[in-house]
Amino acid sequence: MDILYFAWVRERIGLPREQIETDAATVRDLVNELRAREERYTAAFEDTSALRVALDQELADFDAPLAGVREVAFFPPMTGG
Amino acid sequence: MRISVQEEAFDLGQESSAFAAGHREMGAIVTFTGVVRDLPDDPMEAMEIEHYPGMTQKALSQMAEQAQERFSLGDVLVIHRYGRLVPGEMIMMVATAARHRKDAFEAATFLMDYLKSRAPFWKREVSASGAAWVASTDEDEAALSRW
Repeated sequence: MDILYFAWVRERIGLPREQIETDAATVRDLVNELRAREERYTAAFEDTSALRVALDQELADFDAPLAGVREVAFFPPMTGG
Repeated sequence: MRISVQEEAFDLGQESSAFAAGHREMGAIVTFTGVVRDLPDDPMEAMEIEHYPGMTQKALSQMAEQAQERFSLGDVLVIHRYGRLVPGEMIMMVATAARHRKDAFEAATFLMDYLKSRAPFWKREVSASGAAWVASTDEDEAALSRW
């Protein structure tokens, strides 16, 4: 599964993207798995209410299932316009 | 409908004229342009705009399609830039064409409200005192509830 990070999430984790093997059933499970990895992930995922997630380029919520998903992106609330 | 996500500058006059010229049956054309504004107490060197290449075009197209379903529109144009911009530069523009002005104005407002908090762009302001990501506001989120 490809995991993408944008804006300050990318800065905190120190990577724009990575590939991981996971059995996480939902986005929340994946977040918990990442948090447990290293301090920089814990810092980035400290407050999920400050984060947004997209599954295969569509906005989703943290309870969404990951079955069949190829690309997960984490980022702060968007500031377009 | 045309959606363009681009790094290079656009010519507002040229884009607006070309858009308006293509619609003889439309009595109303509305355009909105977002410009990088300077900070009053902390001169800004640049605004850096990051985006999610795989998602941006798709998200903007979905918004434009929603606007077309919701309002009686003849056409929609959205141009949004990314990369490093300096104060005074144009960030983006939206243009709507409708038979009557109400639809054209409302569709432009609808698109702007959605672009603000649902299009995958992130702004970072670089000034003499440092760099900071622009935070989204509750107001931006609340603006969506009226639609």
